[in-house]
Formats: sequence, C-alpha cells, structure tokens
Amino acid sequence: MLTSKCMKGVTQGYPLGIQAREVKVTESEFNIDFVSRVIPKLDYDTLWTAADGLGYSTDLPKTLVENYESNEDFLKKIHHVLLEIEVLEGDLICPETGRKFPITSGIPNMLLNEDEVKY
Amino acid sequence: MNESSALRKYILWFAYEHLDFRFQEIESIASLLNVDLTWIHKSAENPFWLVEVRSEEDVVKLTSRSVTLRYAIELWSSSSQREDFHDQLKSLPTAFTAPYFDENVSYKVKVEVFGSSQTQAEKVQRIESFSYLPLKGPVKLNNPDVSFQYIEYYGHDTVNIPCEPHHFYFGRIVSEGQRDLIKKLSLKSRKFIGNTSMDPQLSLIMANQALVKNGSLVYDPFVGSGSLLIGAAQFGGLVMGADLDYLMVHGMSRPTRKQARHKPRHEENILANMKQYGFAHRYVDVVVADFALPLWHDSFKLDAIITDPPYGVREAVERLGTAKEDKNISDRHLPTHIPCKIHYSMAQLLHDLLSFAAKHLRMGARLVTWIPVIRLEYDESQLPRHDCLRLIANSEQILSTNGSRRLLTYGKIGEPKEETRTIVEEEETYRQKYSRYIEENRKHKMEDDHKGKKFKNSTE
Ligand SMILES: C[S@@+](CC[C@H](N)C(=O)[O-])C[C@H]1O[C@@H](n2cnc3c(N)ncnc32)[C@H](O)[C@@H]1O
Repeated sequence: MLTSKCMKGVTQGYPLGIQAREVKVTESEFNIDFVSRVIPKLDYDTLWTAADGLGYSTDLPKTLVENYESNEDFLKKIHHVLLEIEVLEGDLICPETGRKFPITSGIPNMLLNEDEVKY
Repeated sequence: MNESSALRKYILWFAYEHLDFRFQEIESIASLLNVDLTWIHKSAENPFWLVEVRSEEDVVKLTSRSVTLRYAIELWSSSSQREDFHDQLKSLPTAFTAPYFDENVSYKVKVEVFGSSQTQAEKVQRIESFSYLPLKGPVKLNNPDVSFQYIEYYGHDTVNIPCEPHHFYFGRIVSEGQRDLIKKLSLKSRKFIGNTSMDPQLSLIMANQALVKNGSLVYDPFVGSGSLLIGAAQFGGLVMGADLDYLMVHGMSRPTRKQARHKPRHEENILANMKQYGFAHRYVDVVVADFALPLWHDSFKLDAIITDPPYGVREAVERLGTAKEDKNISDRHLPTHIPCKIHYSMAQLLHDLLSFAAKHLRMGARLVTWIPVIRLEYDESQLPRHDCLRLIANSEQILSTNGSRRLLTYGKIGEPKEETRTIVEEEETYRQKYSRYIEENRKHKMEDDHKGKKFKNSTE
C-alpha cells in the first residue's frame, strides 16, 4: 500500500518493487479467523508480486481464490507470506524512477532528499 | 423474568481520574458493542453513576473494555437518606435476592467510604448495620461466589467532611473494569519508551474512542515510540505507524530511562514492545516518512487513526524541506545525516491530518487525536472541522492552571469530493496561541523540575 507519490514527477508510484538482502522467516501461530479477516484489506496482486519478488510465490495462486474463508490450505500460505516472512534489509523501489527506499531492521525509510520532494 | 426486571439498573463506579473522559469512553464502548444504555444519574464529580441497560450481559460488555471503570454493580438501593436507603433494601422482592442469600453461596460485603476514611472497627460496624439481610451462606474473603458493595459518598470537600454521607448505595458486584491493564502496560516496565510516550490509560481510552476491535487496521502517522499502538493492539488492532524521526523508530535516540543508559540498546523498538506483550502478530509495519507528503495508495483504507501529533511542546514540529544540501539519510551511524527539516505549521498539520482521515478512513471509522488548548481562550466553535468528519467526542485533560489538551474523536460521515472543505483556524492565531501555550508549559515544567531537583542527579 506504500507509494512513492511523494516524489517529484511521480504520478502513481505504485506498486513499489521489493528487493531483499536479508529475509527473516519466523514461525508464528496460525490464526484462521485473523487471516481471513485480513485478506479483504489487501491488494492481492500487489501481495503476490511482492512475494514473487522475494521468491516466495511458488505455491501462491496468482489470483485470489474463491471462498478462501473455507480454504485452510490457502489461508496458511497467506499467513506464511504475510506474517512469517519479514524483509530485514533490502529496498523498496519506485516503479517510475527506480529510486530505492532502503529497508533497515525491517523498517522502510521513505524520506526524500530535498531536491526530490514534489511540493 | 417479568417485565419490570427486564430493564436493570447498575452503578458504574469510576476511578477518580481523567474525569472528563468517562462518559465518552462508555458511550464509545456502548456503540462498539451494541449496548443500549440510558443514563439515570451522572455527574462531573461523583464517581458513582447510574445506568439502565437491557441485561446484565450488557453491563459486562462495558466493563470488558473500559479502563475508566472500576466496577459495575447491580443496584439494590440508592438514597440520600440513611433510613430510606435501608428501607429500600429491606423491601427488595425475595425472588430477586434469594439466589444470593442461599446457604450454599459464599459471600463478602465490601465497604467504600468515598471522601472520608474509616477505621477497621468502623468498617465492621458498617457491615453489621446490614444484619437484617437474611444472608445464610458462609463469609469468604477470597473469591466468594457473590460480593456485595456498600458505598457511602461524602463528596469532595476534604477540609469540611460532612458528618453524614451525601449518598448511600448498596449492590451486587457484577464485573470489574480493565484497570489491571494500566499496570500490565506500564511504561515503567516497557522495553522501549520515549519522552513522548503516552501513558497506558490514555492509550487504551484512545483505542476505545477509536472503536478498535479484533482485526481493525489502526494507523498512527506520528508514531514516535509507538505507545498508542500498544493500546490499540491490546484490543485486537492490527497496528501500523509512521514517523519522521529515523532514530526514534529505530530505537536509537538518546535513552530516556537512566538505568537503561548502560544496557545494550538492541531490541528497543516498537516491535520489541509488541513482542513483550505478546502482540507481535498484530504488528503490521512501521515506516520512516514525513506526514506532509503523500505516502499511501488511494485504496488504502483504515479502520482507525489514533495519534498524538507534534505541536512543538515537547518535540520539534518538522517536515522535510528545502535549504541545505542533503546528506545520505540511510546511514544509520551518522545521526546528523538527516534531511534538513522545515517548520511544519500547526494549521497545515491539522489540515493535512483531517484531509488524510477523510480520505483514508472507511466510512464510519474514527480519527482520535489531541489538540493543545489555552483554557481561558477555548472556544469549541474554533476546533478544526472537515465536511466529511463529524466531531463525536471532546474530552479535556487539564495539564496546568491555564493549559490543557483535548482528545478529539471524529467519525467519517462522507467521502471527500473536490469542493470538500477543511476548516482550521488561521495560522497566525495558532502561532500566537501556541507560543503562549508552550510558554505556559515551560513554566509549569520548570516548577516541576524545581520540585524534583533534589531527586535528580544529572549525569550529562
Ligand atoms: C507527540 S509525538 C508522538 C509520540 C508517540 N505517541 C509516542 O508514543 O512516542 C509526535 C511525533 O511526531 C513526529 N513527527 C514530527 N514531525 C513529523 C512529520 N512531519 N511527519 C511524521 N512524523 C513527525 C515526531 O518525531 C514525534 O515522534
């Protein structure tokens, strides 16, 4: 859901690309209700593309499956990419300018230099 | 159950703290959990309020979320006259009281004298004044089956305490509020805090105002040390935040806790706090970003925004800006390498915040935020307004003789269009007011510092 709209000359800035140098995979408790509640809040295409960029898209269907609430297998996969994979070090990349926004200790830095600011 | 008992009366016993927040908190919880309630008695001073709800379940719902409530008590008797009070109690229908007076039901009677004090002997005497109640069960002080509460309310004049209480109450304790959370989430034991961390009670109140529930997506655009996210996560919110201060969100600013100064500082960040309380799975993300610039996709929709914006009282109000030459911001070892920041005006910030909320909240969702106020000059009609947001609640926290801050709760009532207006006061007015506000606070702080001097031992 992050964009690089803040930049001069960028209109959409979405979706941002993602590149990881260090990924942490931690196991976390699977909560079926929780995952099914989160899915409608997501832009599935973007999630898939992000997972793909990180190399975790192999078992993930390209489009949102129907009746996912009752598809435990699918929900488990979403749980995995959403909650268990964390990019510790890497970059978010503006799709229009290629500008990289560094991710450090899992926190993206969207600050710009003065000459890049739109307003 | 017959018709007359279908509507039940309860005493809501509030903590004597944050008085102006109690009503709004209960109203918010009632609207979140679909509780129909009718106020019978509420007052600015008295911490014992009376409500009517449809069922006991409803009152339990209120205490399941409230941090301003101590107890909910089923009302058995209430009067300003001692005799009348006892008469009411004596004439309760047996069908109503019998289940609690049964010989197999253990019980205890608690006594509260609000606004006065009592010795152990006086307490025993008070309990004995109810000897006419046909209580047959065994007395049990720990975890009894039923707890009765007797209350004598003496008012607030601590100098001239009246001989007779202003009011008498008796009832059966139904449930307890969430005051324990205040201790559980205490800043004293929290891994990562900053000098702007909000105390847990107010953070929880804010989460209640924002109607946070399981799975709500909650955002704080001025997240700092993330204290507001803790309150929201406690009630099931999925939390995210942003802040301009790279060092702060990375837990690299100067530690505010003395004893922490020599400890290794890793694992001191918002995620560490979330883990500490077992909320790691509710942590979505934190981003370093300037609120003055657009960051989110239009389709990004939130269930709540809770925030404590920078008003230049304790921290600089900044945004990224022009002027000096830039440096490499991603270099974490050089804290000076941060893009230069220009003053972010209060009027502009409020304007941006309301517009952001109108755009990114889902319909009906809430923005909960603070605004500093000079008490004598406060004028409700001057509060920031937006065509798509309705002011739902407004509670004051008094900070000094002249200064206070108000917690504002807005609900989204419309989608913004081209011609939508946001109304904030002229910048000039704000500037004049807030420079005075800051001055007030500084004076206040200096007095505090002065008082606390002998306890402090500066190591700087
Ligand atoms: C009153 S503090 C909020 C503190 C927070 N509630 C906490 O738990 O620590 C305001 C925060 O706004 C941040 N801030 C100031 N200007 C900002 C901007 N233009 N964009 C985003 N954050 C900003 C400051 O770094 C500070 O952390």
